[in-house]
Amino acid sequence: MAGYLLRRLIQAVLILLGVTFVTFFLLYVLPADPVRQIAGRSATPETVESIRKQLGLDQPFWIQYGRYLWGLLHLDLGRSYLQRSEVAELIWARLPPSLLLMAGAIVCELVLGLTMGIVAALRPGTATDNGLMIASFVGVSAPQFVVGLLLLYLFGVKLHWLPISGYGTFSHLILPSLTLGILGAGWYSRMMRSSMVEVLRQDFIRTARAKGLTRRRVILRHALPNAILPVVAMIGIDIGIFMGGIVVVESVFGWPGIGQLAWQAIQRVDIPIIMGVTLVSAVAIVLGNLLADLVAPFIDPRIRLR
Amino acid sequence: MKSLLASSALLMAFAAPAFAQGTDTYTPDPNAKPGGSITITYKDDVATLDPAIGYDWQNWSMIKSLFDGLMDYVPGTTDLRPGLAESYEISEDGVTYTFHLRPGVTFHNGREMTADDVVYSLSRVTNPETQSPGAGFFGMIEGYDAMLDGSATTLSGVTAVDPQTVQIKLSRPDATFLHVMALNFASVVPKETVEEFGPDFGRNPVGTGAYKLADWTLGQQVVFEKNADYWREGIPYLDQITFEIGQEPVVALLRLQNGEVDLPGDGIPPAKFQEVMGDPAQAERVIQGGQLQTGYITMNVTQPPFDNVQVRQAVNMAINKDRIVQIINGRAVPANQPLPPTMPGYTEGYEGYAFDPEGAKALLAEAGFADGFETELFVMNTDPNPRIAQAIQQDLAAIGITASIQALAQANVIEAGGAGTAPMIWSGGMAWIADFPDPANFYYPILGCAGAVEGGWNWSKYCNEDLDAQATQADSISDPARSDERLQMWSDIYTRVMEDAVWAPVFNEERYTMRSARMGGADNLYVDPVSIPVNYDYVYVTE
Repeated sequence: MAGYLLRRLIQAVLILLGVTFVTFFLLYVLPADPVRQIAGRSATPETVESIRKQLGLDQPFWIQYGRYLWGLLHLDLGRSYLQRSEVAELIWARLPPSLLLMAGAIVCELVLGLTMGIVAALRPGTATDNGLMIASFVGVSAPQFVVGLLLLYLFGVKLHWLPISGYGTFSHLILPSLTLGILGAGWYSRMMRSSMVEVLRQDFIRTARAKGLTRRRVILRHALPNAILPVVAMIGIDIGIFMGGIVVVESVFGWPGIGQLAWQAIQRVDIPIIMGVTLVSAVAIVLGNLLADLVAPFIDPRIRLR
Repeated sequence: MKSLLASSALLMAFAAPAFAQGTDTYTPDPNAKPGGSITITYKDDVATLDPAIGYDWQNWSMIKSLFDGLMDYVPGTTDLRPGLAESYEISEDGVTYTFHLRPGVTFHNGREMTADDVVYSLSRVTNPETQSPGAGFFGMIEGYDAMLDGSATTLSGVTAVDPQTVQIKLSRPDATFLHVMALNFASVVPKETVEEFGPDFGRNPVGTGAYKLADWTLGQQVVFEKNADYWREGIPYLDQITFEIGQEPVVALLRLQNGEVDLPGDGIPPAKFQEVMGDPAQAERVIQGGQLQTGYITMNVTQPPFDNVQVRQAVNMAINKDRIVQIINGRAVPANQPLPPTMPGYTEGYEGYAFDPEGAKALLAEAGFADGFETELFVMNTDPNPRIAQAIQQDLAAIGITASIQALAQANVIEAGGAGTAPMIWSGGMAWIADFPDPANFYYPILGCAGAVEGGWNWSKYCNEDLDAQATQADSISDPARSDERLQMWSDIYTRVMEDAVWAPVFNEERYTMRSARMGGADNLYVDPVSIPVNYDYVYVTE
């Protein structure tokens, strides 16, 4: 186990190094000169060169990349070109809202997805099953931008039940979490349904029924814990999917997380922020996957980590 | 030595000769009530509130309310008025300006502002280490070149004669100088606070302005509170302004309709414009005004086929500007010359190139392109610019020119324009809104030789040394009495630019701002030419 963990951590560092290299290289070859953006439209060529020199952007690629890595070793993500603030500070301020939103989304997708999946599995082939599976299909395919605006319009504008946008209270969290969670709920309901249908056919379920256990007890105590295993293992992987989703969802609901920060930085080609956010997302995805793999043997003893 | 009091109407003449008025023509609004607070929404983060650095339309007016410079504008107009300088004198030769500072003005940190702060602030903004995007505006001040090459750390042309007097020497007479002193970049900052926060001064701004920063929660909100010690009597009216960050314009409009927001900072989203204007209750809260903006198509005159003036003229005749104006819901007026109509120096009665596809075809044939040619049109990739580019593409196709559209991020289009690799660029979303209300600001960076260099903003790469000489000559006329002569020279320069058909000017955007029912103040404060979306110092709430 310890050896496995060490190997995975070394892998993780290599992956992150690869991510920084690819991102840094792509941004380096991008035909947009950050210095010109900083220098503004009235700058003389001398001013442009002077700024280029101060930022070290006149150096060859390897030196620039080396400096970036050196900074990373010291937990220094650099300064935003356009906001002129520390990137680490900008990300740090926006990380808690994003984590909160993801936690909310996980709750939404589990509650919605598992319920739908179980209900559908218990009545396979019926209208309920078909209806739920169509709903899950819609959830998987609907663009989050549209879902978000529809929810916002219905619950915020028409019914006035929930705030339209913003951050701070529990009621602000509901719509963005739901929007972000609907995609996962769709997947989970389908996985849960097939997993549950599979388990319900097993011998031990028949045995449990034959013992005379109530239907409720058979489902909750015997079927569910077995059916839920593959689903739970997915949560770690979800984090990667969320990283894409929060860019859209945070924009729609004015949620002050790193998704918005990333989107703004991409539009303005603010390279240090793009680098920082990419790195943080990569860390989250790598950790999520690692977590999913580590948890798996606890849930399913047939899996061994070597 | 000619001595003029700041109250002289003549001094203002070259700012807006048609409306030459006394210095501070502003009369306080009799209905204005002090107190209350408002909420303004924005989609993007506030970049920085450092006046030497902030240069986007979002932080520009915020910085204006936190800081002051020696000069200022009458609210809602383009007329100069004194700011931190109570009065000033200009020497006979037009190169020495002596500013007398207002006594008793304090920074938000409580310290009194003096002439040394002015010297420090102008030296700071021109110091290359500050990396100010506005440094280039100060090129007329003596000692600027020494700052640029790093051989000096203080701008030698700016001296503190005594704590209340600043003298600024120019290396050449320049009629735009007082406008430059009204730019945010010329704001006066306290040295001790700048040094305390270093590069984070932009997050901890301290100025002399009507408001001071009360709170800045990254990614969420910026809060301004009234500066009770502000040197202008009775200003500002509002106790507090909350800028909420991260709000989509469509959502902001919904919240405005719900009464949660007072001003949508990003304006009325195009998709909602007709809905808003079609509803009388909402339409009456919409305020319309001109702005010092021109949208144009550049043609790279150094590359064939646009090195041929007939081809460029043909493009000018091919563009159906009325249709393009319709694409943006009529939020603009068709343009026929580089300057917008509200800019001094605009040539009244000039007709430009009328829409005439047949004539354009004939001209193209005359130039040897009877079968047309293929080219590329670069455009910024945010709405409505790609749609406008498609209209241009269709207009060009009608005269045989096949233009493929390159829709890219802003920075990439600017890069291609600066490098001279883009044959045609639609300027929408990038250029050009005036930095200050003077015709010179539309020439040097975007039509003059200075901007035609690698990385410059003159995307046509047009460099006409005759015109440059004429421009320099016009700007050396800093005697306000001869301002009409100067403006006529500028008008001639732009007419010659149009003869060479360097651009195809398309439209001048109009500004539309919306306010909540409870907000008061004259309409022109809401379409203030220098404070977008609104002049925060003078608006108020009625309840």
